[in-house]
Amino acid sequence: MHETSHDTAFCIGCGAGFSGDRLDVAEPVVDTLIERGLPAAIMFETLAERTLALAQLARQNNPDHGYEPKLRELLEPILGKCVRHGIPVIGNFGAANPMAAARMIAALGRELALPPFQIAVLEGDDIRDRLTPEQWDIAESDTSLQVDPAQVIAANVYLGAADIATALRHGALIVVTGRVADPALALGPLLWHFDWSLDDWQRLAAGTLAGHLLECGSQVSGGYFADPGFKEVPNMANIGFPIAQVSHDGDILIGKASNTGGLVSEQTVKEQLLYEIHDPAAYLTPDVILDISNVTVTAAGPDQVRVSGARGKPRPARLKATLSFSSGWLGEGEISYAGPNALARAQLAAQILRERIAQRQLQVRYRIDLIGVASVHDSDDGALLASLPPELDHNDVRVRLAAVAEDKAQAETAAREVLALYCDGPAGGGGVRWHLTQRIGTQSYLLPREQIETRLHYLNSHANQPEVL
Amino acid sequence: MSDATHMELPLYSIAHARTGDKGNRVNIGVFAYQPEFYPLLLEQVTEARVLSMFQHRGASRVVRYELPQLQALNLVIDDVLEGGVNGSLNLDGHGKTLAFLLLALPLQIPQALLRE
Repeated sequence: MHETSHDTAFCIGCGAGFSGDRLDVAEPVVDTLIERGLPAAIMFETLAERTLALAQLARQNNPDHGYEPKLRELLEPILGKCVRHGIPVIGNFGAANPMAAARMIAALGRELALPPFQIAVLEGDDIRDRLTPEQWDIAESDTSLQVDPAQVIAANVYLGAADIATALRHGALIVVTGRVADPALALGPLLWHFDWSLDDWQRLAAGTLAGHLLECGSQVSGGYFADPGFKEVPNMANIGFPIAQVSHDGDILIGKASNTGGLVSEQTVKEQLLYEIHDPAAYLTPDVILDISNVTVTAAGPDQVRVSGARGKPRPARLKATLSFSSGWLGEGEISYAGPNALARAQLAAQILRERIAQRQLQVRYRIDLIGVASVHDSDDGALLASLPPELDHNDVRVRLAAVAEDKAQAETAAREVLALYCDGPAGGGGVRWHLTQRIGTQSYLLPREQIETRLHYLNSHANQPEVL
Repeated sequence: MSDATHMELPLYSIAHARTGDKGNRVNIGVFAYQPEFYPLLLEQVTEARVLSMFQHRGASRVVRYELPQLQALNLVIDDVLEGGVNGSLNLDGHGKTLAFLLLALPLQIPQALLRE
């Protein structure tokens, strides 16, 4: 049983910064948490704005789907260690189907012959049953957009950290959520461990800041940073994921998993501190308004950076909700031209595409790109290009057409015009690829808190039925 | 334009930057490599200059926040995503590459600072 403590620092590791992140990064984080020997938890952030809509579409096709598609692969390497060492796992990997995710985790626990453990499922973020966007204020995004509730695929409010802390207090080892504010994945276990009051704005701000720095995974520990010759990062193929060590007073020490690549420096931390921040004095979350305008970032040893000075203001009265809706189709096609006069042939191809789209009166919005350094004639070492006399003007140009339409067939017809360039276009066109993608739009609103009701369910890994407390 | 006292160099030579995106806005955090370069950011990376740099993409407004303790600026740019995050046909619909467009901004750097 976990003892809440006012003295010991608490460590939070991050095992994923987006859906699609590396699957082998969480294990070194968990190994490091065990090695440090402090009370600890690990968070997974896998739910970008549109990811939830894609998950909702997956669930429509199969009622057992709709959670993070790589969840099993993410958890398998660490679940046993977390169960044995009592390291809670908190993730928004439940996406559009947290209960199905919990069932899968329970089955994984039995399959790995682990001792029984509790899984909590947080629900209440899905608000598709009460869509009144015309009554809500728009929070951000395209204010000109009119959202038709009939076209909505996903509608979720950003929940806060309090329910995550409650789930941990009830003994959950795994907390599965859908949409929550990303920093709440870290603030939840901190509230639980330190027993911070929900109106202790300074500490809530510090915990939210820790979560903000962790939520994009390696982006604070050397990812999204390297610029050869200017900002070097060692061993990026084995980049270490971050760990925040937080004191009861809200002092934050950012580090990373042991025996990994990557870099935690004042520079990497500063870049991530401002990532996706608008007004530094007012970063709105469901739990607190975070003010980072006086935060300081100080090196504290190799791959260790101290972050302090977060200030908090009372939480906002309204919660943010994001609606995702079907927003037409994107048709894309690409074709390559290379060798002497390739740019002129690519420009001719672009001209032909413009004429074809006009002639056929396609109802699409489109753009054309000319892309290229070294591909069809050369490998990425550029050896061939270097060996040719510059006056040959040996180029490598890839023409890309992107066309969106409300109607799938129109987008497809436009993309197929690129395919037709094989025979009907300029000389030597090759390597056509084309595809269609359903586009998902988003719009964010502000909702009164009273409209939102959350629920926690608990599932024992060895029981069949969940229990509501 | 360079002369005896100043040299024209891109922002890239004295600062690093990162883009974040949310809705139809991006923010670009700009960080001086050395504290002595920060006054140049304050003086020359102005809202007006940044807006004109991104106007071709539809940018409608730039708000600049100053974070002296980090030697950083946070530039929040509205409507820079060519039709919005919902409408952009750009390969980079989120605008994640835009920090490196900002870093091309030319600055007048005192020769004295460069010699240090």
